[in-house]
Amino acid sequence: MTQTAVHPDDHADVHEGGSAARERRGPSPRKLWRNVPIYVVLIVVAIFVVLPLVWVLMTSFKTDADALMHPASLIPHPFTMQAYRSLASSGQEPIYRWFLNSLAAGAIQTVLILVVASMAAYALARLDFAGKNAVFGMLVVTLMVPGVVFLVPDYVIVEKLGWLNSLWAITIPGASGAFGVFFLRQFMIGLPMEIEEAARIDGAGSFRIFLNIILPLSRPALATLAVLSFLSNWNDFLWPVYVLLTPTRLTLQPGLSVLQGAYSTHFGIVMAGAVIAAVPVLILYGLAQRHIIDGIATGALKG
Amino acid sequence: MTEATLAGGSARRTVVAGRPRRRHANNRAGWLFLTPFLVLFAGFVITPALMGLWISLHRWNPVLPRKPFIGLDNYKELFTPGSLTFGDFWQSMGATGLFTVLSVPFLVVIPLILAVLLNRRLPGIGVLRAIFFAPYVLGAAVIALMWRYLLDPQNGAVNGLLAMLGVTTQIPWTVDSPWVWITLVAVTVWWTSGFNMVIYLAGLKGIDKELYDAAAVDGASSMHTFFAVTLPGLRPVMAFVTTMTILNSANMFGQSYLLTVGHPGTSTRTVVMYIANYGLSGGQMGAASAMSYVLFAFLAIISIINYRLQTRESRP
Repeated sequence: MTQTAVHPDDHADVHEGGSAARERRGPSPRKLWRNVPIYVVLIVVAIFVVLPLVWVLMTSFKTDADALMHPASLIPHPFTMQAYRSLASSGQEPIYRWFLNSLAAGAIQTVLILVVASMAAYALARLDFAGKNAVFGMLVVTLMVPGVVFLVPDYVIVEKLGWLNSLWAITIPGASGAFGVFFLRQFMIGLPMEIEEAARIDGAGSFRIFLNIILPLSRPALATLAVLSFLSNWNDFLWPVYVLLTPTRLTLQPGLSVLQGAYSTHFGIVMAGAVIAAVPVLILYGLAQRHIIDGIATGALKG
Repeated sequence: MTEATLAGGSARRTVVAGRPRRRHANNRAGWLFLTPFLVLFAGFVITPALMGLWISLHRWNPVLPRKPFIGLDNYKELFTPGSLTFGDFWQSMGATGLFTVLSVPFLVVIPLILAVLLNRRLPGIGVLRAIFFAPYVLGAAVIALMWRYLLDPQNGAVNGLLAMLGVTTQIPWTVDSPWVWITLVAVTVWWTSGFNMVIYLAGLKGIDKELYDAAAVDGASSMHTFFAVTLPGLRPVMAFVTTMTILNSANMFGQSYLLTVGHPGTSTRTVVMYIANYGLSGGQMGAASAMSYVLFAFLAIISIINYRLQTRESRP
């Protein structure tokens, strides 16, 4: 496969017949008609995907009694923001504080990954040095180790460093993964050699080449990695459940678990919590959908 | 790749495989650029991987003043019927294995069907692809809580809808066997199918278009084309998806932790959930580390067997 790491323009592929000219005008009515059964199947699947999300959103605007109503109805009656107000005023479950914590953790870890991984990727993709293959091999080997192996010892290390119950615990260890390095390395290998060569002949050092040439050229890959890193930090669950201990320090994912315990019968409130945790990533997804999907496909198949 | 490059210090052109390439040995710069990442990598990947082994050789409880070295006792205990951890550990391994066996076929096949259906240029296809992938961007906690509500036996929307269709019994989706397994598998399929689908779509792009043209010229039906062209062309991607899905299912945590809470009893408690609880909440870090290495060994063996099978199949 060629290095089309992040190409915004090549999404759907053409396997159905037809000349290029006809494709540009869009499919013929006959071809559309032939595909009706496929549309029906896909739309049914889409309803299965979307309906639960809509149902949860609607439930978050219901009163407790309405959420437990039989038979359940999709439309809230009456429509109320009560669940969100209850959450805002809760001292034990400060969800808006969790929201800020999640935002901060996601931002810090993303910046850290971008800096550290882009430097390492540049070295592995564009520089030659003794031991390079050994380093690369070591990174590949550790990818095979399941995450749970690191759980207990990472906890012990974080505790020794005094990072338990702090932002450090949920930002620094998670930035040590090799995914970002592989992802950026793959992109940087595909960059043309000539510009870098010319700069080197002009006397530019590696650091200037990295800063002024490689980084700007890598912008699309960096943007994709930023989005993917933020998503994975925002959604991380197991680790923060165990390293964050007090109510004000939690992030949204472990917070939701607390919320479930505290309001197990108040479905409106729990669903409002889920909506608060879901909306930012769904917005991010809506904005960067193609970057996320292409990034995951290339990261998985070539990383 | 590095021949004749480390010998000379200055920039020079070498021709590798017919392509001009500049190679410039630059040891200091290379390691300097790697240093920040390597510090993190050494601190939170290499050290813990080795430290985990060390911990597993001790009776390691953070609240006790002494952490005596006990050799392989933690491991022996895991293989001694009737020991403190034997029953619970192997029950959780069994639950994990069952979940993996039940979920992987659906997670391999359903995304493949979706990808093949989506792999055509028609209006609206891009939107449908985006919709199918959307649940994957949500976190485990969001997924588990929303389905816990939707599948709630008394008040959930799913049983409500079923009641309208004439199903009068309340199905115990989140509390009783075998329904809990259907729930865990179905929710996982709903959540992560989009991810595998996207990988299949990328794989489908790699299949030579001329093969499809040839099949069309031969008058092959779309079913026949699928089995003669698409499936063989996707073989390596499918092997990759299968391996990755097995590993992901074997590491399942959030769904059991929040959706079924291990119920009924501890029957849906996965091994990752057990290790985390026993090691971190229970403070039995030595035993928990030993368990994580046993799990690692299991997964390594399964990956090797799986790889062997898949590569053998691909030879005609």
